[in-house]
Amino acid sequence: MEIFDLLMGGFAIALQPLNLGLIVFGCAVGLFIGAMPGLGSVNGVAILLPMTFLVPPTSAIIFLGAIYYGAMYGGAISSIMLGIPGASTAVATTFDGRPMALQGKADFALVAAATASFVGGSISIVLFTLFAPPLADVALAFGPPEEFALMILAFATFIGLGGDDIPKTFFSIFIGLVFSAVGLDIVSGQPRLIFFELPGFFHGVNFLVLAIGIYGIGEILWTMEVSKGNVVVSQANVTIRGIGKSLRALLKTTKTMLMGSFLGYFVGILPAAGATPGSLMAYGIAKATSKDSDSFGKGNVEGVVAPEAANNAASTGSMLPMLTLGIPGSPTTAILLGGMVIWGLEPGPLLFVEHKEFVWGLIASLYAANLFALLINIAFIPMFIWVLKMPFTILAPIIFILCIVGGYAPTNSMHDIWLMFIFGVVGYLMRKLDYPMAPAVLAIVLGPLAERSMRQSLIGSHGDMMTFFERPISGTIMVLGIVLLLLPLVKIVRRREAAT
Amino acid sequence: MRVAELVMALAMAVFSLYLMWKSAELPIGWIPEEGPGGGAFPFWLSVGMLVCCVVIVIRWFRRTSPLSRSTEPYMDARTVRIFALAAGSLFVMVASIHLIGVYGAIPLFLIFYMRYMGSHPWRLTGVLAVAMPVVTFFFFEIALKISLPKGKTEPLFYPLYDMFL
Repeated sequence: MEIFDLLMGGFAIALQPLNLGLIVFGCAVGLFIGAMPGLGSVNGVAILLPMTFLVPPTSAIIFLGAIYYGAMYGGAISSIMLGIPGASTAVATTFDGRPMALQGKADFALVAAATASFVGGSISIVLFTLFAPPLADVALAFGPPEEFALMILAFATFIGLGGDDIPKTFFSIFIGLVFSAVGLDIVSGQPRLIFFELPGFFHGVNFLVLAIGIYGIGEILWTMEVSKGNVVVSQANVTIRGIGKSLRALLKTTKTMLMGSFLGYFVGILPAAGATPGSLMAYGIAKATSKDSDSFGKGNVEGVVAPEAANNAASTGSMLPMLTLGIPGSPTTAILLGGMVIWGLEPGPLLFVEHKEFVWGLIASLYAANLFALLINIAFIPMFIWVLKMPFTILAPIIFILCIVGGYAPTNSMHDIWLMFIFGVVGYLMRKLDYPMAPAVLAIVLGPLAERSMRQSLIGSHGDMMTFFERPISGTIMVLGIVLLLLPLVKIVRRREAAT
Repeated sequence: MRVAELVMALAMAVFSLYLMWKSAELPIGWIPEEGPGGGAFPFWLSVGMLVCCVVIVIRWFRRTSPLSRSTEPYMDARTVRIFALAAGSLFVMVASIHLIGVYGAIPLFLIFYMRYMGSHPWRLTGVLAVAMPVVTFFFFEIALKISLPKGKTEPLFYPLYDMFL
């Protein structure tokens, strides 16, 4: 009952005129960003986070949460209409969504994607509401060793489950953590890593500078390279009658939607996994368990609903560790977490005690955002198709400008603008060589907390590293982290055994 | 790709060594009663970066990673052109902010990008080149009360400050 009361309190906050307006606006902006090829929720949230300083923190997180949701819906639009995923989270949607569009069933595919996203979102929010408070209660007992163990687990999941090149993933984590250490030493207060004695480094490297550099400037450079320019936009004629017919047809896919929703939610909770692997796994399972698996890849609607339900569910799932443990479940939530620090909120279980209105306002807003994203998505499909036709030579400079002014706003420093430019260009050059960038963003956000908890633990234990293993919770988490770190090694050994 | 893989790994190895040297300006060992020194955390992480680079270089020589076997170019001519124009124009824009401020740099950047790279008509280019700085001014300066850099153009804004702030 307590959860119900808190949720109702959250709705009272989420449905205030300002917040409701921000939910609707955020969903529309998110849909727009998600629909653009190559851009996803992480880009939208990174670029627009500085714009939220105008409103209180609760309204800001509600707005960004709505962008996150909208972008998840929007990703399917370009996957289906262009055959180019709006974001990596919508890659799996392309497999069957595009063939459906080419067969003249674009309207059915779009309605299926929107409906599945709604189902995935709805189920995951209910699960989130039920799981978050008990998990936060457990986390309240955490001390520095447990916090540090959680950080290790978060980084280990990138190694064990991330699927990227292992040494390069490690490198990305390490460099992100080193950049988080720039500025003043947290214990002695002495200047540290002041490159070329530039005064701008005294206030550290703001995570937003790295995030906007990589996900704003770097991403646009990347998209300009990979987009060929000659894409064909399919036509879709969405009518009320057509929607009704599509919904009736979708009843047959209920099982697949439910599978995608639950799978996506639990995969989304894992720090390195998130919506992309969740949607790909859901697609794989839907294909493997379907009676008509041969038609997958040729326009089977189940191949659209499974990944779309999963990626929306995963986006909510990734917020669970962010709010309860202070560990982001995806790059987007890493940026949201960094935003919370800027707004003066300490991420973690204490939020549920000290800032109930913030947490429950956000949770309630997700219910509303899910509904509005569905309505806006279906109502404005023709507009989003028009958006897809917008030349990138108009969009790219606008985004570049948003990055520059948005990156300047939090720190009022030209030093940070130059740093952002360097991060964007170097990040793009490194990404071309398969260096994953998400671990670096996660690391720069978690770095200060990781260092603080490690040093506090070691001071408390007089330098005994066993302190991380002797306490039951931190020991269990550390062992889990080590298992994940060893997972790629096991895979290599098995592969070699199979080869011989 | 193969050459770029090696060059990047070596460049990052040098950067790691620089980070180790910078970190070692503070103590990197254990200080009695205080715990790990202020430089320990970044120093050992930089060591980790260096180890990763060494592994990447070893794989390159043994040709065991996909990129170390790749025969594809790192950037084809079209990509080099796009990258040089986009990153170059952005560089000039950021540099010009110091002199002519955000509100001078934005229109010039938009005009160059849309006219030269996009070949869009003057009317559309002009509308955006005017609208973008106006919207930026009202959003940041008036609504958010965040003053964006104006360089030498600062005095031109005094009447606007009097009018709106």
